[in-house]
Amino acid sequence: MTDKSKVRIFDIVNSTENEILENWLKLQISSTALRMDLLSERELRQQSAEFLSLFKEATSTGNWDINDSGWSRVLEFLDSISRSRAIRGFTPTETATFIFSLKQSLFTTLQKTSKNGTADLIQDLCDITLLIDSLGLFTTEVYLKSKEEIIVRQQTEMIELSTPVVQLWNGILALPLIGTLDSARTQVVMESLLSRIVETGSNIAIIDITGVPTVDTLVAQHLLKTVAAARLMGADCVISGIRPQIAQTIVHLGVDLSEVTTKATMADAFKHALNLTGAIVKKKQ
Amino acid sequence: MEKIPILKMGKYLLVTIQVDMHDRLAMSLQDDLTEKIVLYNARGVLIDISSLEIVDSFIGRMLSNIASMSRILDAETVVVGMRPAVAITMVELGLDMKGVKTALNVDMGMKMLDIFTGKNDEQEKLNDHSEE
Repeated sequence: MTDKSKVRIFDIVNSTENEILENWLKLQISSTALRMDLLSERELRQQSAEFLSLFKEATSTGNWDINDSGWSRVLEFLDSISRSRAIRGFTPTETATFIFSLKQSLFTTLQKTSKNGTADLIQDLCDITLLIDSLGLFTTEVYLKSKEEIIVRQQTEMIELSTPVVQLWNGILALPLIGTLDSARTQVVMESLLSRIVETGSNIAIIDITGVPTVDTLVAQHLLKTVAAARLMGADCVISGIRPQIAQTIVHLGVDLSEVTTKATMADAFKHALNLTGAIVKKKQ
Repeated sequence: MEKIPILKMGKYLLVTIQVDMHDRLAMSLQDDLTEKIVLYNARGVLIDISSLEIVDSFIGRMLSNIASMSRILDAETVVVGMRPAVAITMVELGLDMKGVKTALNVDMGMKMLDIFTGKNDEQEKLNDHSEE
């Protein structure tokens, strides 16, 4: 990239800013990748104009490496746009089109104003392509990063939501597990169960796995660990809600559950627990 | 040298561990406890570890050992008040203390000892009658 071409491009952008902007907007609006339902035209115009003025400012420094400090404001602005679009539900293509349609608009303008011959024009096109591409990649990266942040946040929320420990009776706790058990979740489940055991002074805990879709060796091991930890504290555990298919899987996997009391349904487990505490349920006379 | 107090409560011995256990303290507890069981002819041992924050594999094994030793001397051992964090650590270490009875607190531990030793007492009474 020569300095001459940089200056030339800056001059063109500087002198025909409005034309480029109008072209760019037209391209964005006509493109199928624009979601008019999620973004108003006024907002789009505002974003585009602001980006173009920042872009102009950055190109004026003569340094075309987007990691350079001169580009930090452009990147900041792109960052905020990509984030807001990711949250509003734009697809990656729709988000990246914002930047890539600028390329087309710049090309048209360059072609019109070019007087110096084909060699210079090709050089300019190359430079702009490189620049816009790196900006486009940056946009996509930010988009993905913000999507990932959403996923991580939802995961932690799910962990918090999915471990309720309920007291069924004086001295009897129930822990209905829903969803797949992984190591991180088991840790949370175990901790909340054990702390509730201490708080309520319960000596029986029913772990219900009706909502656990699959039980593999790892999940079984996690369950056994929880049972062992509760036993160390002096509470008995009953595992309930074992579906026929899961019972088959457990045996096929060779998991030994013989040291744990298991019941088919929560009702059976509750009856067993009441029995252990010495309480009986009977009908009114 | 500091020692862990062993209190006699009727036919049971009460051990409350309130300081961090180091290995020598654990060994001396083993010695003292077995001596006291024989001395008082104790029927049960209740070990309260509710103020113990760190249990390593050595202490875990020592608790198991104490339980086995007292069983040989015809006394049941109940470990009470283990903290959740300690329980999780012990499971992660692979120490499940099989053969050691556990209870949530001293109250429940006492009831447990009553149940276990009560059965033996009834048997003793039966034996006494048959001898008469």
